[in-house]
Amino acid sequence: MAILRMTAAALASVGLIGVIATPAGAKVEGDTIVLGAAVSKSGKYSTNGKHTINGYNLAVERLNAMGGVSVGGKKYKLKIIYYDDESRGARGAQLAERLINQDKVKYMLGPYSSGLTKAIVPVTEKYKIPMVEANGASRSLFTKGYKYLFAVLSTSEQYLASAIALAAEKAKEQGRKPSSLRVALAFENDPFSQDVRAGVIDDAKRYGMKIVVDGRLPRDLSDMKGILQKVKLVKPDILVVSGHSKGAALAIRQIAALRVNVPMLAMTHCDSAQIIKKYGKKAEYTLCASQWAPTLSYKDKVFGSAADFAKTFEDKYGYAPPYQAAESAAAVLVYADAFQRANAFDTGKVRAALAATQMQTFYGNVKFDPSGKNIVKPMVLFQIQDGQYKVVAPTKWASSKIRHPMPGWDKR
Amino acid sequence: MFENIQLLAENPVGLLNLIFDGIMIGAVFALIAYGMALVWGVMNIINLTQGEYVIFGGFIAFYTAGQWTFRIDAIGLSLTWPGVHALWALLLAPAVLYVIGWVVYRLVIFRIVDRDMFTSILATFGISILLQQFMNSVFTADDVIAPHNMGTWSAWRTDMGELAIERVRVVALAFALVVGGFLAFYLKYTRDGQSIRAVAQNARAARLMGIDANRVYARTYALNAALCGVAGVLVSMTLTIHAFTGLIYTVRAFMIVIIAGLGNVTGVIVAGLGLGAAEKVAEFVIGTSYQVAFVTGLLLVVLLYRSVRLAMQRKYLA
Repeated sequence: MAILRMTAAALASVGLIGVIATPAGAKVEGDTIVLGAAVSKSGKYSTNGKHTINGYNLAVERLNAMGGVSVGGKKYKLKIIYYDDESRGARGAQLAERLINQDKVKYMLGPYSSGLTKAIVPVTEKYKIPMVEANGASRSLFTKGYKYLFAVLSTSEQYLASAIALAAEKAKEQGRKPSSLRVALAFENDPFSQDVRAGVIDDAKRYGMKIVVDGRLPRDLSDMKGILQKVKLVKPDILVVSGHSKGAALAIRQIAALRVNVPMLAMTHCDSAQIIKKYGKKAEYTLCASQWAPTLSYKDKVFGSAADFAKTFEDKYGYAPPYQAAESAAAVLVYADAFQRANAFDTGKVRAALAATQMQTFYGNVKFDPSGKNIVKPMVLFQIQDGQYKVVAPTKWASSKIRHPMPGWDKR
Repeated sequence: MFENIQLLAENPVGLLNLIFDGIMIGAVFALIAYGMALVWGVMNIINLTQGEYVIFGGFIAFYTAGQWTFRIDAIGLSLTWPGVHALWALLLAPAVLYVIGWVVYRLVIFRIVDRDMFTSILATFGISILLQQFMNSVFTADDVIAPHNMGTWSAWRTDMGELAIERVRVVALAFALVVGGFLAFYLKYTRDGQSIRAVAQNARAARLMGIDANRVYARTYALNAALCGVAGVLVSMTLTIHAFTGLIYTVRAFMIVIIAGLGNVTGVIVAGLGLGAAEKVAEFVIGTSYQVAFVTGLLLVVLLYRSVRLAMQRKYLA
């Protein structure tokens, strides 16, 4: 018991030091502009939270090394105050209050995931604090009339819509009508995946395709063999899967295990599930939706091209940047640009400047519609070819031709 | 729903596939349920940490199969693990989990053995949260699989399709049966097993006969953790694991124990395999989202049936 009490005391004192050590920030301290963010350092989003923080930090470092942001003829450095939201919405909202009320932060960066963004937006809206976010894609974030929310990424319903278009294109090449295609869906039952599903269904309907399997995976899914068995029996022309990293990992593993033959397989979260590294040949031919790719030809003055960003990031952190890191870095660039154009620190003016953003970053073009979502950056579609991600759609950015259809398992 | 039934009727091979799959995953559930039944029966504790022990075992399999480097820069220590076949974890995981189970018993469980069930549920629930957070911070929050190249056995090809059986699931089934047999033998014929049963029947009398009940409890609890560790290895070789997904295994184990009854090893095996198969077929017919509802509904039916039967017997006696 004594040991327990001592440990508790030690823990408490560490906590205290933590509190004392956090700077009592203000919107601008001397020559530093202070941004605030609650990001998941622990809990179920901690991996992607790390990518988010690395992206933010890299952009801040780079901007500061280039002299910082000039406002009113003076150069300002950027700094970010982070708190750990523990991957919990309630904690995220609490920390947003704390950033705004105690640390006096006037400019927020987003957390990781749609769920946490949803939890924090009401707070930032209440205090009229602008928030530029890079990791909340759910379209329900942009239907509530939020005024201070800006998102640099493509929204969720666009994630896999290009896969349907691609399937239709391929069908035409083979002399089949797109409306003759049969689509199988396997989506997790969470807001993000269901948004993706809605987008896919809209597109499939537009081409007159028939949905033959519409599987919903429970949130605590650990087995999707039931749905895959059905896919195996029904033999659709395209299978679309979305269920975060877990869904992607399970799908690849079990499609191979069950030897399910389907001409086209499209999914989200391939790279965060590291399916190439984990499954090698089994992952071949899979189509993966991505916000960004290092091979795209976007450029900006801070990082250079998309490929330059990828190199800078890898040199610093020792791993290739997933798109979560790239879009996070882009959010900081958007802020820097807005400060310079606003030429003031007034949140109203910064918000107006954000709303008028029209720029190209290494991550893609950025222009916000009145609801705050970026409307000029398309999603890209990778295909895994010989153990590498190759961009195959949309055609404008494609670096490789799609390999279609997927060969059957007896030929692989 | 009806179209799904029709689909199965037209594809008997598909139905067989489902049943095989279910039986094999049920075997893993059975392993976890043995342990739960054992702890429940002997110590009167409903152990809610089953799932976390499973996940822990899964992580051990993951680290057994993968390559990694352990580094402490301060003293220049650098150890590289080359990675071996995940099946080796079937030996390693129960050993590690046995130790963990023993430590947990010595720290917490022995304090609650004689308390009411509510206390033990709260305590083990607390331990499960602690373990989740521990695994989350030590093993990261990634979804993890133990890679292996055991492949699929295309057993029976017909015009209607093929029977695709994952080899690792066959291993899981065999393992569950062997461990079940071993456990039954251990409890019935060995000295240690007999002392466990003695303590379960009457702890006080057992103490009077010179059995160290506390040690028996520790051994039982550690054995349970080891069983979960074995199950965890098989889970991470067939499905995916994550520090926070242990609960579903606890719930399944609980149901199997309820259906089979305490102290009934054969019952646990049959209930585990049966539940697995029923669950898979039900999932196919009524959809994955209702899978858990189906399992819970089944539990309700079993309990109702039992109470009705019991009431009838009473009537007959009266």
